[in-house]
Amino acid sequence: MENLPKNEHLKFDLYKAVVIGVSAGGLNALKQVLALMPAGFKLPVIIVQHLHPDQDHSMVEILDRCSALRVKEAEEKEPVAPGLVYLAPPNYHLLIELDGTFSLSIDAKVNFSRPSIDVLFESAADAYCPGLIGIILTGASSDGAAGLRRIKDGGGMAIVQDPAGAEYSIMPSAAIEATEVDYILDLQGIGKLLAVIGREKTRELKTQN
Amino acid sequence: MRKEEIEDIEINLLLQGIYSRYGHDFRNYARGSVKRRILNFMAKVDQKTVSGLISLVLHDEAFFEKFVRELSITVSEMFRDPEFFKLLRNQVIPYLKTHPFIKIWHAGCATGEEVHSLAIVLKEEGFYERSTIFATDFNDSALMNAREGIYPMERMQEFTANYQRSGGTGPFAGYYRAAYGAAIFDPSLRKNIVFANHNLATDGVFSEMHLVVCRNVLIYFDRNLQNRTLKLFRDSLAHGGVLALGSKEDLQFSEVAGDFKILDAKWKIYQKTSI
Repeated sequence: MENLPKNEHLKFDLYKAVVIGVSAGGLNALKQVLALMPAGFKLPVIIVQHLHPDQDHSMVEILDRCSALRVKEAEEKEPVAPGLVYLAPPNYHLLIELDGTFSLSIDAKVNFSRPSIDVLFESAADAYCPGLIGIILTGASSDGAAGLRRIKDGGGMAIVQDPAGAEYSIMPSAAIEATEVDYILDLQGIGKLLAVIGREKTRELKTQN
Repeated sequence: MRKEEIEDIEINLLLQGIYSRYGHDFRNYARGSVKRRILNFMAKVDQKTVSGLISLVLHDEAFFEKFVRELSITVSEMFRDPEFFKLLRNQVIPYLKTHPFIKIWHAGCATGEEVHSLAIVLKEEGFYERSTIFATDFNDSALMNAREGIYPMERMQEFTANYQRSGGTGPFAGYYRAAYGAAIFDPSLRKNIVFANHNLATDGVFSEMHLVVCRNVLIYFDRNLQNRTLKLFRDSLAHGGVLALGSKEDLQFSEVAGDFKILDAKWKIYQKTSI
């Protein structure tokens, strides 16, 4: 993992949340990333995966089985809690309010998508930046590119899956095109980076107590 | 101060100004979606700051009308959540049929896609002639669209698929005629629908309803406004009346939870048990 960042470049005390946007090829990519995140991970992870509107809950169940963290569907007005992985429900946009709760909308599709990655990322940037980590994974869409730029403009961290190894390279490439991203990594690298951030966060919280 | 924080102050001022000037109350709306719509509108009218928008909205009524339309319209689809409409057809309507005559309130009908869907179900179940539907929204231009029942032809494929999956019994194309790239829905569907302006944030109850349908409206409200609205529905329903909410809208943690029992947990269909 020669391209893993040096720890001193990371501002661990800053980070409050992780948002992930993923489309085609998402199930496999998410399985790999979530499998690398250790139990006790101290940040909420909020995911928009483009889905068919009538998709059932099987995605949540599959991901829950392969992660040490609890994976659930985000519910309207639910407070965002650290250490949980949330998926946007099919056919609704997922937003984060300034008070750290989820809200949903059935507003028009954005980038032909509902849920849209941009909608999540932009509202999350308002709620968490500069303490937000935004990640774009595989997909055949340009959704998420504008949202990732907003995160970066707000002082957050931008991570993109290396298009060369992505199942679908269009979405990662669009994100890299739109933003000066902090890290371009393969799925293993992203999982490990998150694990490092999670571990340091735990240490920092212990020191504080 | 961060740019976002300043913008938040500006949005508070804008919403307060709209309330004082026009009586439309968006102050208790979930902020995330409101902000998105405001920023979209600013891009359309080429305004750089919310403060710039405030002046236009307060001084120019026609401009405000345009703005309020952007702020409030939800473009729905016909037979959104086909499974819900199947339940309505197979579980709720048989119960309603035990009444000689029923009143339905469709609250927040926007441009009317769902109320037309409801009318179709009632027709196919042979109960339309014994029903009166009050379809309300606070947005007059959306109500005008709902009254016309004209939707883009390009959406018919999606609507037809939804209709078929909801247990529809007729050819869907029999309910509209195509003209100029639009689908014009049959006026007979609207014969027993009364369209009216009603604002859930500021207006009062309807009396003795047998069914209240209000789907995906509460998600745009904060907890206070949600509770206000749910009490309005409770007080508008007859004993034993049915309340249908959106699939992500739960009564469980609201102030009226004790007044209802659950008929369907997944699709959020409730029955009023209090007097």
